[in-house]
Amino acid sequence: MEKRTLVALVEDKPGVLNRVASLFRRRAFNINSLTVGHTEQEGVSRMTIVTDNSSPNDAERLTANLYKLVNIVQVADLSSQPMVSRDLALIKVSTPANQRSEIMQLVEVFRARIVDVANDSVIIEITGAEDKIDGLVEVLRPYGILEMVRTGVVAMARGSSAVTDASANSNGRQPAAVLSA
Amino acid sequence: MQRTGAQIIWECLLREGVRTVFGYPGGAILPTYDALVDYPIHHVLTRHEQGAAHMADGYARAGGGVGVAMATSGPGATNLVTGIATALMDSSPIVCITGQVASKYIGYDAFQETDITGITLPITKHNYLVTDVHDLGRVLREAFFIARSGRPGPVLVDIAKDAQQAAIEWEYDETPIRLPGYRPDLRPLTEDFEKAVEMIHTAKRPLILAGHGVLMAGAMQELLQFAERTRTPVAMTLLGIGGFPASHPLNLGMMGMHGEAWVNHAIQEADLLLAMGMRFDDRVTGNLATYAQNSRKIHFEIDPSEVNKNVKVDVALIGDLRHSLQQILPHLEACDHSEWLEYIDEMRGDSAVRDIQNLPDNGRLYAAHVINDLWRYTRGEALVVTDVGQHQMWTAQYYRHDKPYSFISSGGLGTMGFALPAAIGAKIARPEAEVWAVAGDGGFQMTQAELSTAAQEGVKVNIAIINNGFLGMVRQWQEFFYERRYSATPMRSPDFVKIAEAHGLTGLRVTQRSEVERAVRQAQETEGTVVIDFRVEQEDSVYPMVPAGGDLHNMIRRPKQNALMESALD
Ligand SMILES: Cc1ncc(C[n+]2csc(CCOP(=O)(O)OP(=O)(O)O)c2C)c(N)n1
Ligand SMILES: [Mg+2]
Repeated sequence: MEKRTLVALVEDKPGVLNRVASLFRRRAFNINSLTVGHTEQEGVSRMTIVTDNSSPNDAERLTANLYKLVNIVQVADLSSQPMVSRDLALIKVSTPANQRSEIMQLVEVFRARIVDVANDSVIIEITGAEDKIDGLVEVLRPYGILEMVRTGVVAMARGSSAVTDASANSNGRQPAAVLSA
Repeated sequence: MQRTGAQIIWECLLREGVRTVFGYPGGAILPTYDALVDYPIHHVLTRHEQGAAHMADGYARAGGGVGVAMATSGPGATNLVTGIATALMDSSPIVCITGQVASKYIGYDAFQETDITGITLPITKHNYLVTDVHDLGRVLREAFFIARSGRPGPVLVDIAKDAQQAAIEWEYDETPIRLPGYRPDLRPLTEDFEKAVEMIHTAKRPLILAGHGVLMAGAMQELLQFAERTRTPVAMTLLGIGGFPASHPLNLGMMGMHGEAWVNHAIQEADLLLAMGMRFDDRVTGNLATYAQNSRKIHFEIDPSEVNKNVKVDVALIGDLRHSLQQILPHLEACDHSEWLEYIDEMRGDSAVRDIQNLPDNGRLYAAHVINDLWRYTRGEALVVTDVGQHQMWTAQYYRHDKPYSFISSGGLGTMGFALPAAIGAKIARPEAEVWAVAGDGGFQMTQAELSTAAQEGVKVNIAIINNGFLGMVRQWQEFFYERRYSATPMRSPDFVKIAEAHGLTGLRVTQRSEVERAVRQAQETEGTVVIDFRVEQEDSVYPMVPAGGDLHNMIRRPKQNALMESALD
């Protein structure tokens, strides 16, 4: 079992998210997390998709199938290269007065932040790789997590190489299946 | 020019060269049907929207260009679904235009509102919902372009009623289509060509697997040159039939589940497979773990997602097949594989004794005989459209096509009911062709209503119903794998002769082999559509057969001494 992180640049049009999600479903791939947001380019959105149980061969098949969607402009499998990947979580923890300082210390250690304070609870914001967030969640659990939300992973390759609109940069035009065949 | 959305639709269709549209009207597409009256486009009123989609598909496969089907919202649109899925699986270029409820009602469960773009998302190459008349021209241009380019396929355009009604100042847009994410024009890498050439020159037992892509790319001439220069035998997939002349000495015949025994053995023993425009479907490979273990593989394929999907290949030449073959041909030297060819010929000789064609006439009517005679009396020149089942496989085995675009069948989806409407579409695309639909008694009844369309249109197709009183292919599986428990496969049919006559058409019945010729001749000489009810042996089976998921070389063969043979020898 291996997680893979794919990045897809897509045309910012209605229904594109549905097309991508439908592709994963009908090709029987599990989505572990999926995020969408704007990019530096107008009209182009960027999806970061983390899949479960995927071999490099699966990733190639998935990439080739993603390319078949007319609105998908560029796809990259970041798993095979050094990357920065980040998740953001908001965690609401119950904080009886006598435990508040303990929690503040934990927050400090994990380089998280407290973004809301109420009488008997706080909201903690943490950004980081998924495992770091998992770590904080584990230590907070005994105090009573009232609510949690995570954005899902966004990722970017390290170094100067960039996943950009293929029409602006013809280098990456051929799908991975072609390059590696 | 001031134009309504409805007029824009027809203007765009004219620009795409569309002369015929297959469809069925209704409320949400009414403005478009109203505008049709003023345009020189012929509309074929089908009896069911599934028929419209299959007709558009048959029209496209026969070489008419992108086929167009039109339907109203809701049930009209959902009735297209089977036809669209059929076209997708066989990469057939069709554009389906559906009416949608007015945009302000979308999302409110309005009368006959259906999310048809959602429903067809996984069965179209691409689809669109148009709610703004300003988008209409661009979308229709893109739709036709996407349908016909790259690996062709169906595109659906759903158009809100108000977008059909709205009038705007409009000119046809000639600027290049901009689809940044669409890549129909991939080309192989030079180093892959070099690898392929080396593999071809060193192979001792090469074999070409020719698929539908040969026809789609129009690469028949290049394939012929390739095969002749390298002396490589050619096996075909079901949809590859016609891509290489059946009478050519290098032609081996069909591969796969009901392929010829010598073809399947040759695949297993080859040392190089040249897959051209075929996708290693499970119906041609059987058990992947034992499939073609002795060979290296070169895959000529336009769709990168097909490469290494089922069978891992050594080299992939991505791109248009004709282009790739043109690139590689100048680098190929003449080869000699006489030993390999002789070996295959020996296997072929061994099979002949089991061939039902070689059975003497014993007074009974065998489907294989009917097909074989049909081939003879049409000089092998008919455009044959099959339905799905035993008769389909017998047609693939016994009707030997020398010309391309002369065999049309639902391969990937295996859609019963395909033959009659697809044959009507094919005849409209190629009026000069002698078109024969070959259907089972079961499948024919699924879209039998289209007889009425043929009659209204005055379209002449000849229909051979291979009437075995069973859902024969399913019965065959029950015979082989379910102890002959014939659950839900015996079928009582209406009198097909009377059905034909009720439509004002000619109906004939054949129960003896000696009557086949006369019936075929009469059908040829009759002006309108003719239905022939061939009452064939009820429990005959298609051989050879590779059981689903079984090893390709382990085929169930026609027993040498089965009851059939014995009675023939009596
Ligand atoms: C729409 C549809 N439903 C069911 C099937 C399953 N199926 C495959 S072949 C077959 C039997 C076809 O019977 P018939 O049309 O009489 O042809 P035969 O096999 O007897 O030649 C059936 C039911 C199918 N392919 N398509
Ligand atoms: Mg039947």
